Amino acid sequence: MTTSREISRDGLWGNNVALVQLLGLCPLLAVTSTVVNGIGLGLATLITLVLSNTIVSLIRDFVRKEVRLPVFVLIIASVVTIIELSMQALFYDLYLVLGIFIPLIVTNCAIIGRAEGFASRNPVGPAALDGLMMGLGFLVVLALLGALREIIGFGTLFANAELMFGDGAQTLTIEFNEDYPGFLLAVLPPGAFFGLALLIVIKNWLDLRPQEKQEIIEPVPETV
Amino acid sequence: MIAISRRQILISGIFLWLFAVAGTTLVALTEYSSREAIIENERQVLLRNLYALLPRDKLDNDLAEDILELPASPLLGTDAASIVYRARLAGEPVAAIFNSIAPNGYNGKIHLLVGIYSNGKLAGVRVVKHAETPGLGDAVEVRKSPWIKSFDSKSLTDPGPSGWRVKRDDGEFDQFTGATITPRAVVAAVRNTLLYYQQNASMIFN
Repeated sequence: MTTSREISRDGLWGNNVALVQLLGLCPLLAVTSTVVNGIGLGLATLITLVLSNTIVSLIRDFVRKEVRLPVFVLIIASVVTIIELSMQALFYDLYLVLGIFIPLIVTNCAIIGRAEGFASRNPVGPAALDGLMMGLGFLVVLALLGALREIIGFGTLFANAELMFGDGAQTLTIEFNEDYPGFLLAVLPPGAFFGLALLIVIKNWLDLRPQEKQEIIEPVPETV
Repeated sequence: MIAISRRQILISGIFLWLFAVAGTTLVALTEYSSREAIIENERQVLLRNLYALLPRDKLDNDLAEDILELPASPLLGTDAASIVYRARLAGEPVAAIFNSIAPNGYNGKIHLLVGIYSNGKLAGVRVVKHAETPGLGDAVEVRKSPWIKSFDSKSLTDPGPSGWRVKRDDGEFDQFTGATITPRAVVAAVRNTLLYYQQNASMIFN
């Protein structure tokens, strides 16, 4: 039985969908040209993960092993379609920006991966929490990568925030330098690869730091 | 290979079927309850685009309803039927807004809305869909650059035929730093739309 603490740690850091499992790269790399796009797709993925994990966990005792994968795919496809329609009805402007990427969530291996690897073997509570934490971990990476590319590529932050948070959010947009010429590479797909690589490097560096200290201490008793 | 009994296959099949029915039902219900909101949203976006070209006080009909279907035309860059929106004031023609396409953008087709007053002057041009390079060619979008407004109140006689080019080709319209192909395609498409209007004006406001 995994504890909530372990599940949260795994989702946000240790087994992060984007930084460690490297799943869902297609939407991740395509959408993160700005923070707002990143958060938009992150939220949609998060909701999908929580719903699909919950439903898969609820039916885990009834599904026969032979048909579990088609059933999971069906659940995920239904959830994503419902999210897409709701988004069209409620946040149409954001849908115009993210629209073509929403159906791509179906193909995000992270979602069927969590359904198969975790939700189908655990009770509803942990399964929903796992969906939430994995989704949050993915969302944070999308937002960070979006911020990185937006600052370097456009010299702004939170541009078009009104698409998601309403007209009041227009003031959220930060423009660092009016004459910033922009840096095309960061906006184009290669920028996404560089940015993601940089984030992975930072994560691995943070992970490795405590071990280095141990390695320095350990050899001492051996030489004595 | 593990042997599966006929009964197990049947149960699995029924189970799968039940899930398909439940999933489809849920999606259908959502579609049904959100359909009107989605249609209304699409209409609002269309109206917002149309009214960006024509001040509201210049017309009194419903732009989104007063439409005519035009056959495919090389001047409009269309290879299928397209829609023209007609603006009228007290029944008199005011302007027509065409959906035209610049087929030769740097990265494929550039979809335009071209508004033309009944006297042949441009009310304005907006790019509705394109795949031009971000940061270079996408300056044709009005929220990225005011360039697209340089077409306002131009016509076939102002500038003359030789002026309907980008400056690099000795015309009147600016190109962008690092991107000439995109504005060149848009300038040509706008001029072609004006030519189409000149040839078909009476048919459009029949």
